[in-house]
Amino acid sequence: MDTVETTTPRPHQENAAPRPVGESVTRLDAHEKVTGEAVFADDLQFGPNMLYARIKRSPHPHARILKIDASQALALPGVKTVVTGQSTPGFIGLYLKDRHIFCTDRARFVGDPVAGVAAVTEEIAERALDLIHVEYEVLPPVLDPEDGVRPDAELLHPELGSYEVANFIFPQPGTNIPNLFKIRKGDVDQALSEAAAVVHHTFRVPHVQHVPIEPHVAIAKVDERGRVTLWGSSQSPFAQRNLIASALGISQADLEVVAPYVGGGFGCKAGVSMEALAVAIAMQVRGRPVKLRLTREEEFYTTFVRQGLVAHFTMACDAEGNLTAMDNKFYWDGGAYAEYGVNMTRGAGYSSSGPYDVPNVRTDSFCVYTNHPVGGPMRGFGQPEMQCGLEQCINHLALEIGMDPMDFRRRNCVKEGSNLVTGMKMHATGIGECIEKAAEAIGWGHKDPPSAPHKRRGKGIAAMWKAPAMSPNAGSSAWIEMSEDGKCTLGLGGQELGQGTFTVMAQMAAATLGIPYDWVRIASPVDTKYSPYEWQTVASRLTWSMGNAVVAAAKDARRQILELVARSWEETPEDLDIVNGNVISAKSGRSSSLKGLVVYGLAKPGDQGWIGGPILGRGSFMPTYVTGLDPETGQGQRAVVHYTTGAQAVEVEVDLETGRVQVLRGASAFDMGKAINPDLVNVQMEGGLVQGISTALFECLQLKDGVVRNPSFVDYRIATSADAPRDMQSIIVEVPQDDGPFGARGVGEHSMVPTMPAIANAIHDALGIHPGAPPFTAEKVYLAMVDAGLVK
Amino acid sequence: MAHHKISVTVNGSVESVDVPSNMTLLTMLREKLGLTGTKNGCTAGECGACTVFLNGEPVNSCLVLAVECDGAEVRTVESLARNGQLDPIQQSVIDHNAVQCGFCTPGVLISARALLDRNPDPTEEEIRDALVGNLCRCTGYIRILDAVKDAARVGAAPGTGGSR
Repeated sequence: MDTVETTTPRPHQENAAPRPVGESVTRLDAHEKVTGEAVFADDLQFGPNMLYARIKRSPHPHARILKIDASQALALPGVKTVVTGQSTPGFIGLYLKDRHIFCTDRARFVGDPVAGVAAVTEEIAERALDLIHVEYEVLPPVLDPEDGVRPDAELLHPELGSYEVANFIFPQPGTNIPNLFKIRKGDVDQALSEAAAVVHHTFRVPHVQHVPIEPHVAIAKVDERGRVTLWGSSQSPFAQRNLIASALGISQADLEVVAPYVGGGFGCKAGVSMEALAVAIAMQVRGRPVKLRLTREEEFYTTFVRQGLVAHFTMACDAEGNLTAMDNKFYWDGGAYAEYGVNMTRGAGYSSSGPYDVPNVRTDSFCVYTNHPVGGPMRGFGQPEMQCGLEQCINHLALEIGMDPMDFRRRNCVKEGSNLVTGMKMHATGIGECIEKAAEAIGWGHKDPPSAPHKRRGKGIAAMWKAPAMSPNAGSSAWIEMSEDGKCTLGLGGQELGQGTFTVMAQMAAATLGIPYDWVRIASPVDTKYSPYEWQTVASRLTWSMGNAVVAAAKDARRQILELVARSWEETPEDLDIVNGNVISAKSGRSSSLKGLVVYGLAKPGDQGWIGGPILGRGSFMPTYVTGLDPETGQGQRAVVHYTTGAQAVEVEVDLETGRVQVLRGASAFDMGKAINPDLVNVQMEGGLVQGISTALFECLQLKDGVVRNPSFVDYRIATSADAPRDMQSIIVEVPQDDGPFGARGVGEHSMVPTMPAIANAIHDALGIHPGAPPFTAEKVYLAMVDAGLVK
Repeated sequence: MAHHKISVTVNGSVESVDVPSNMTLLTMLREKLGLTGTKNGCTAGECGACTVFLNGEPVNSCLVLAVECDGAEVRTVESLARNGQLDPIQQSVIDHNAVQCGFCTPGVLISARALLDRNPDPTEEEIRDALVGNLCRCTGYIRILDAVKDAARVGAAPGTGGSR
């Protein structure tokens, strides 16, 4: 590629790692994806016995369900069952169990599932929905998170105090707050009173939608004994197994989740969003597969959304430009059920200083129940929304004190040993280098003339950090099985969503084992019955966590092979190595291919029997060092496993006649510890930048009275081929992770975290206007220019 | 629902299919013929994942009724590779790392092949225009644009390409 700069030499020379780690090998899944052979969940064939499901949904944001009459629907020829909340009394939820699979007595958002139909065709199922009559008592809705925390607010979950909850989530019973996370570090009031400059801003970041091109689909089948198989487009097959089995009161061992390739996830296919509906319906029609496929319209308002955020920042520095205080209040629009929202609230709290060393920080991060769609994880897990405002305030403060925003960031960014907001000590990180290189890549400090007299140009930068936000003990496991010819099959439970995880896992397995990359096959699709456990494909944690498990499995297989051969050759394993698929001895110079011996073992001399047996390597990994944080202060020994840091810099051009913002170029620099496959890292950075541009300039889920007003690609615009900037530079920075495989840590989500504020800061550089909350649409920018007197 | 017996040439083979009046070409390909390479992303002609050749022109197959295809010639992503030989656009997409989740890829490939068939040497603006109806949420598009540009340089391999 002539325009994408890869600063990493190929093969990679720093941090020398065995081949093919550090090489940009071709993706394992590329060939089947260009021929149409790759199988996605909707492509699975189930034959004529399959039934189709459709869902009756609440038209009200908040209502009591008084009566459901399904008799007419059940009488429609072709309808096989109608399921309501009566069949699903159990609770479900990842961190806080606050939801029924189907509503029981109350509907809490427009789209909340009230009943489900299975019929012989999708058309009949759809028609049956109109024949289900639901009587509601409409209740007052909560439509804004700041309204939701008022003492007189309508309570959406009066039972909050009785819900089962993870021990690091702090619900406030008797309120609409399923989690409140606090940071109390230093003396913020004192620091504010002594500051040389203080800025204060409020940002209202709107809801956006993930919109993978593949909609959600789930097919469930329940056998006569009640054992369940669920096929679906899933980032979390194991979490789905656990949560759905618990909600239905069956054993996890009796629920099998089969998860083929995912056609884009970005978080919306994590946890359980609609899959349990298919299972609950299939329970009533045993022996028949039941398929539930969301329409694009449903995709926009019934599945997880990136939740809205109201964020208030007060930020101060001294006369030398050292950050001295931050006072933050975040109100997250968690929607009808807590799901991931409670943990995003937490993640925003423990990262609430941004990637900066700040001695005094006070943060209150509220997750608030509202009658909006359910907040789920989306690429960045709350950090793009939070850091959107934070990084604009940083810029403002730098300019206020008369410093270059890039220098200000470099001066204040976290370093190894920095005392973070939670009391955790920062590990080694390359953020300073990321800030400098991103800025340099777009010619920071030089202003090029605009392309036309009615246009203005500007440059902006934003830094970022993000830790994997997950359960503290989220685990991974892997196995490696050798085939007769010495090639191997790698079993893993993490999902290929397009990020390339199967490829980098194969690279790490090959490098560790000592075999060529193209000798590794992935045991796919992921199937909870056969695949080893993996917590979830979220939090950009696979390269690090699953990678550790894969390396451990490969080391285990390698150890078994070397011990076997050493015994046979009467040498020690330490003198042997596996290179390019051959066992070699440094001592004796002997060499042997792996062929045969990895399955059949080796014959003892003189036909006196055999040694060895089929080689099966196993490995697992779980972080054991993350500690709890004090509920009142957020202080603790180690809040997270690590932080990935980075920066983006962009140049924009604003049209004074229309308000249209065009991103001319963008540079991304991230520290992922070690790029296992540099070009796969590059394409994550490019894709993240364009998704970030899309959310910065176009995207907003328009909610009015709880109703999503733009549930289609025509009304909800995402970036197209016309919008991608030609000039995108991706810069790899590698400061190794102490417990990462080959030093690696994750980078998938991070690449869209700083995009919104980088663009906002560039708009400010061009116009002198703080554009505030996204999206920075032509209309919004034009009106801001009118207000500022820039145009008439 | 009335059913119709239609005859349609799909990827070079003549198929006789019994379709209800309201069945789309997309559903016929996926459910009647088991050609699942063509994807359903929106059923509304907005995302382009279901793009196929209909009588040589790229169309959103979710907006075409199967009965309209009686006597027509349809080609899908499954037809691009011949005898294990990838079409240059397929190879170029692999070489440029222009595929991630892969769900938009079949539609992208058809739109790109259609562009190259009618314009063997497109400019970047022409490539962007030709692909503007194929939404991709993963790649950021630039790799796809470069893949098409490079495939144009290579040209169509003998015996491959769209339905001309």
